[in-house]
Amino acid sequence: MAETLSGACARAVLGRAVWGLRAYGFIAAMWIRSSWAYRASFAIMLAANFASTALDFAAITLMFAQVDALGGFTLPEVAFLYGTSCVAFGLADLLLGTAERVGRRVRDGTMDILLTRPVPVLSQVAADRFALNRLGRILQAGLVLGWSLTRLELDWTAGRMALLVSMVLCGAVIFGCVFVLGGAFQFWAQDASEVQNAFTYGGITLLQYPPTVFGKELVRGVTFVVPLAFVNWLPALRVLGRDDPLGLPGWMDFAAPAVALLCCAGAGALWRAGLRAYRSTGN
Amino acid sequence: MHLLRLNLAVAASGFRRYATYRVATAAGVFTNTVFGFILAYTFLALWHERPHLGGYDQSQALTFVWTGQALLAAVALLGGGFQDEFHERIRNGDVAIDLYRPVDLQLWWLAHDLGRAAFQLVGRGVAPMAAGALVFDLALPSSPAVWLLFLLSALLAIVVSFALRYLWALCGFWLLDATGLSALSTLMSLFFSGMLLPLTVFPGGFGDAVRWLPWAATLQVPADVLLGAHPGGSLPGLAFQLVWAVVLLAAGRLLQFVATRKVVVQGG
Amino acid sequence: MSDADDDAFIAVTDLTKTFRVRRRSGLLRRTTSEVRAVDGISFTLRRGEMTGFIGPNGAGKSTTVKMLTGILTPSGGRLRVAGVDPWKERTRLVRRIGVVFGQRTTLWWDLPLRDSFGLVRRMYRIPRDRFEENLARCVELLELDGLLDVPVRQLSLGQRMRGDITAALLHDPDVLYLDEPTIGLDVISKARVRRFLARLNAERGTTVLLTTHDLSDIEQLCERVVVIDHGRLMYDGALSGLHEVGQGERTLVVDLERELPPVEGITGARTVRTEGPRQWLAFPASASAAPLVSQLVAAYPVVDLSLREPDIEDVIARMYEGSEGRSPSTDSGRPGVQPQR
Repeated sequence: MAETLSGACARAVLGRAVWGLRAYGFIAAMWIRSSWAYRASFAIMLAANFASTALDFAAITLMFAQVDALGGFTLPEVAFLYGTSCVAFGLADLLLGTAERVGRRVRDGTMDILLTRPVPVLSQVAADRFALNRLGRILQAGLVLGWSLTRLELDWTAGRMALLVSMVLCGAVIFGCVFVLGGAFQFWAQDASEVQNAFTYGGITLLQYPPTVFGKELVRGVTFVVPLAFVNWLPALRVLGRDDPLGLPGWMDFAAPAVALLCCAGAGALWRAGLRAYRSTGN
Repeated sequence: MHLLRLNLAVAASGFRRYATYRVATAAGVFTNTVFGFILAYTFLALWHERPHLGGYDQSQALTFVWTGQALLAAVALLGGGFQDEFHERIRNGDVAIDLYRPVDLQLWWLAHDLGRAAFQLVGRGVAPMAAGALVFDLALPSSPAVWLLFLLSALLAIVVSFALRYLWALCGFWLLDATGLSALSTLMSLFFSGMLLPLTVFPGGFGDAVRWLPWAATLQVPADVLLGAHPGGSLPGLAFQLVWAVVLLAAGRLLQFVATRKVVVQGG
Repeated sequence: MSDADDDAFIAVTDLTKTFRVRRRSGLLRRTTSEVRAVDGISFTLRRGEMTGFIGPNGAGKSTTVKMLTGILTPSGGRLRVAGVDPWKERTRLVRRIGVVFGQRTTLWWDLPLRDSFGLVRRMYRIPRDRFEENLARCVELLELDGLLDVPVRQLSLGQRMRGDITAALLHDPDVLYLDEPTIGLDVISKARVRRFLARLNAERGTTVLLTTHDLSDIEQLCERVVVIDHGRLMYDGALSGLHEVGQGERTLVVDLERELPPVEGITGARTVRTEGPRQWLAFPASASAAPLVSQLVAAYPVVDLSLREPDIEDVIARMYEGSEGRSPSTDSGRPGVQPQR
């Protein structure tokens, strides 16, 4: 009896998640169709997104025009870090980037409209202004990642391949959680949308350089407090056959999926708390 | 005299408007500080490999990073400020109303932007700089005269940045979609101001060319004035900024003339 | 539908909502005070009733509607809508209600009207045949034919409002909340919307709660009005009763050629205000303006005329005057009740 009850519970949770994803899908599809009216600006923004990340990488290559190694890492190694973190971030930005508009929605009152619909609010917020032009960022980072793979001369065992794929996917989930956390935070502080830039854009700026560059305290902070180190640093060091500067146990290189799950639980809980706070205070 | 009072009032309203967003200011300071830390460490690694890169020693390089974070909002290195609002008024036609006001359009927006910058220089500049100075060994000048020159240089940087953004916004008279334009303007500003990497580190002829572009006047020059590292001294640096400010404001004036004639001909 | 009591389809008992408001007092100090936006309201609506919900700005109207629609959680009291606790079962509730915010469209600006309705079908999981049937009915009655394939940005305000009403009705809600549904509309569009709402209520028995500033909306649609002010229930009953309490008056604003003494001798009207060549003449809301205007034009050098409909705020202000002493707002034994203006 207890088993069937918990089974029903699990089915309800799963059903809600599937429904939330489906709702996300059809709202995002509306945005794609809607943006079709502005094809020229789609092309421009695709290019702009491509170029904006390309400039970040241009700055890195300019650095390597002056030095052979940074923190003991060569250009292809740094490009590998750059590619993995930026592809992961790009995926999260594509799928959940507009969660940063929560504060604006609370201010202009449109949050109320979202609450009168039978669709999870998170799905509606995340699918808001879904724009395929954010693929430009993923494309650029993917090219850099591809280039680094051809230059690294690594032995591509099945384990390394699996680690690479899981790195990008788990990284996207972790960054996605940062977006949701940032959005949830705005239920309390509507004007604070810039705080999350420190963790999102600040995060990729951090992760595209080797951890040896940074102070140990900072590395500890992004490992144990804001677990961005699991996006690419720890698994990437394993792929590259490098030691991590903190001398952490080896199993932590494979902990990204578990960390990503924990992040989801935390982000989900804070999102619900934020929504509850909004519903009890209004704006 | 009346005109001066009017522009002071406009500037004051720009200042107050940004001053009301306390939470947003605090959020911005936090983000600037985090970025400052990240960039400072990468610069440390770079200057560890190549001491005296770009003519800076290590603490000068770190000072460059924190100067960039301190000026980021005031000089609007990421674009924005009045630019979006002005562009929106061009797009929806409200600019026609502005043209009938007794005040000059360019001067009005300049006063407004200076008011905003004055607030953001204090509200968003001082705290990150202080945080950087607490943690890292910065090469900050002890002479008040240098600080005065730096403030002057920062003011000129704001004017040049304004003049550039004014030109970008005026393009809206011909191109209706702003998103691509503002993205492009941000990209150029980020890269050519020295925000990503000091322009003195850019190699060879490319580096020489980049240092003559107007964007150099928005961050590279003020930072060099503060560091006392501008080639030939600070005064040529200020002159460089002044020339670009005058040229770009004049270009804005010219473009505005052409654009408003277009509006009048079309009947708004 | 057996889960709801038809006589108390919407049941509100002692509903309260308090907000904490933080105010700066001095440079760094902040004081927190409690504001009762809704202060112990009770009323019940029968199934199929069409009720006007009125009150001045900041009276607690929209806070009450937000609690009824499950957006806000109440601070106290009980609340049941169509057999559902709105704040506990928001997702179950929203399938049974439709909401139209007059000043905020939910339609997709760049897409044809049809696409917005398609999204509603998916969000509410409306079976295809029921959707088509409801859409066809709304299109016919709201005269939207020919507009379904037009991008929303090309529609007029009135057409958009009719589109929004359609979007709120496609899932057959039992209750419809309308917030200022005729705001900004021209006379013809207003009439169309009102005709449709009356028919919806009569034919399908949809319970309608209408908030508005336009008294003629209420006059033409609702037999019953609920008035709240300062978060308290001021009046609940027939519209005619409200008129007895506060006689509605219309105002004729007259611009004369020059400054003159107050206009006199116009039957049924009295001059209530003068300001230079402009004068304000009040007359009963029930009387026609036409004979008044012809008398006026015959006797005075009139340059321009405009007519002001009786304002809800006026009616309520008069209600206070007429019912002083027994008004619930004057026996406020509770301290700390701060109107939220």
